[in-house]
Amino acid sequence: MKRRLRDVPWAVVMLLPSVVLIAVWTVYPLVKAVQNGHLRCDVTGTKCIDAGWGRYWDVFISAEFQHALGVSLKLMALTVPAGLVLGVGLAVLADKHLRGIGIFRTIFSSTVATSVAVASLVWFVLLQPQIGVFADLFSGWFPVLKNPGLLNDPGTALLAVAFSSIWANLGFTFIIVTAALQSVPRDLYESAYVDGAGNVRRFTNVTLPMIAPTLLFVTVVLTTRALQTYGEIALLTGGGPNPEKSTTTIPYLIYGRNSIISGDLGTKSAAAVLLFVLSLALALVQFRGLDKRVHYGR
Amino acid sequence: MAQVRLDHISKTFASGDDQVRAVDDVTLDIEHHEFMILLGPSGCGKSTLLRVVAGLEDPTAGDVYIGDRRVNDVVPKERDIAMAFQRYALYPHKTVAANIEFPLKVRGVGRAERAAEALRAAEVLGLEHHMKRKPGQLSGGQRQRVALARAIVRNPAVFLMDEPLSNLDAKLRGDTRAELVDLHRRIDSTFIYVTHDPVEAMTMGSRVAVLNEGRLQQVGTPQEVYDRPATAFVAQFIGTPPMNLLPAGLWGSDTVQVGIRPEHLRLVPGGPLHAVVRQVEHLGHEVLLFADANGTRLVSRIDPNSFVPEVGDPVAFDAEPGRLHRFHPESGERIE
Repeated sequence: MKRRLRDVPWAVVMLLPSVVLIAVWTVYPLVKAVQNGHLRCDVTGTKCIDAGWGRYWDVFISAEFQHALGVSLKLMALTVPAGLVLGVGLAVLADKHLRGIGIFRTIFSSTVATSVAVASLVWFVLLQPQIGVFADLFSGWFPVLKNPGLLNDPGTALLAVAFSSIWANLGFTFIIVTAALQSVPRDLYESAYVDGAGNVRRFTNVTLPMIAPTLLFVTVVLTTRALQTYGEIALLTGGGPNPEKSTTTIPYLIYGRNSIISGDLGTKSAAAVLLFVLSLALALVQFRGLDKRVHYGR
Repeated sequence: MAQVRLDHISKTFASGDDQVRAVDDVTLDIEHHEFMILLGPSGCGKSTLLRVVAGLEDPTAGDVYIGDRRVNDVVPKERDIAMAFQRYALYPHKTVAANIEFPLKVRGVGRAERAAEALRAAEVLGLEHHMKRKPGQLSGGQRQRVALARAIVRNPAVFLMDEPLSNLDAKLRGDTRAELVDLHRRIDSTFIYVTHDPVEAMTMGSRVAVLNEGRLQQVGTPQEVYDRPATAFVAQFIGTPPMNLLPAGLWGSDTVQVGIRPEHLRLVPGGPLHAVVRQVEHLGHEVLLFADANGTRLVSRIDPNSFVPEVGDPVAFDAEPGRLHRFHPESGERIE
């Protein structure tokens, strides 16, 4: 016990850097945002009054927030399952001992090292209606690529953003799932093979259960990322096409240059806090709902 | 009837630009319901040979027969074999019952029959009270028994085991050895069992096949292999402590290596083999005497109630001529 007490000052000193960083960059902004969320401001954004907790409800039921919430959830539904299936699929394909497989692994994981800005720019050029490669190649089948362009059509803009987002997150999913696949003991596959299990049965009886904890983790991260999608939208569509605001997600509503609430500190803060609560709730539901089905350890 | 015949089996692995010959022209006939041990040091090719029988590896050359059927091109599922792995290879997310049932499930056996068969296999191994548990809740020995139960559940013609006891502690290993011998007596399968432990080979096998560097050294009953080792390698590999191997010229002819088991090397005043005692180990029921004869290390197993010399004492050894083994100094082969 004495020894423990003697260690306390050093422990405090060691903890201090991370405590300070978390306090300044995480706790303080969060507390401040929660406070600001109470504010109701006039059109100039300079005169604000404290409208209390009720302000959050007002923001939540506002048409703008409800629209952005719908777009965000749609984007999540477009990106998470597709990203998961593609990432696992690629990882399983690349998890073979073939000559030159390292090249494919590098290619598949490369998007992890690509910034959102670069990824968005690449897709922007690819999808460009006049000079874009996609318009040249496929506009015969899909005229929308040429006129008005995938990003300019209210019906397809979110889909195009989802493509770019799935692509940008694929490297992350690929790397994490590849690592999980490599930690599955080979003798489990061999045992199942000797027992007569074919490829499909080995995948469902060995691979999936053994990487389930990883899949849960990736699902939670992909969901959070989908809800936080901002960069792609700012660069590809600016929340448009307008007036439908087809790609105005909650983060774009909060930060976006063209956002209707861009000058309103109070409403922005309230929307940010609501997004935080939404992400937290979804993550909890995922953990609660899937955790029971996931087997950890041996 | 499931005899297993390995006909001139070779297996080469490519390692970068090198070719590693893991199994080198092995021919071996295993009788129906035999308990055949593949014994050798790590890297001798014994596991590779077992995997060739299982169908997990394709032989580079040679043929594998199970029963009368050549099975080189037959997938494991169709070979009527089962395999137990060194690290059990249980499915951690499945219960004991589901693990044991798995091979039946894959074959489309109905639920009720599956449960009945799994229970029967579990009873053979004393697992009937653990059926609802997961492998993580079992001890190492119990997990091993689940793996064995999963292997016997569909009555395979041939039962392959790859060092199944090496992850168990010494006490449990001894108990499980006896259980496996008992299991072999009770079921009609042919057993092929890989181990690097000569004690397992001696105590369990009806016959032992000793391998070294991919080549078959000797096949015989444990006693034959112990009494008349075919090569100097077998002589030294089987038996604890290993057989003394005297370089040519130290005793008798200048052109043969002489081997003497520690229990046959007796202290005889005025004997022909002179040495100095280096170490004395009292094991209770016996004493191991380590001595140095002109740079060659000797081990002698002597009675603790007889005269026991001390470290530094000069001693002389002798052995009955019938107890000497002679080997060719280069090839290591036995000379009669």
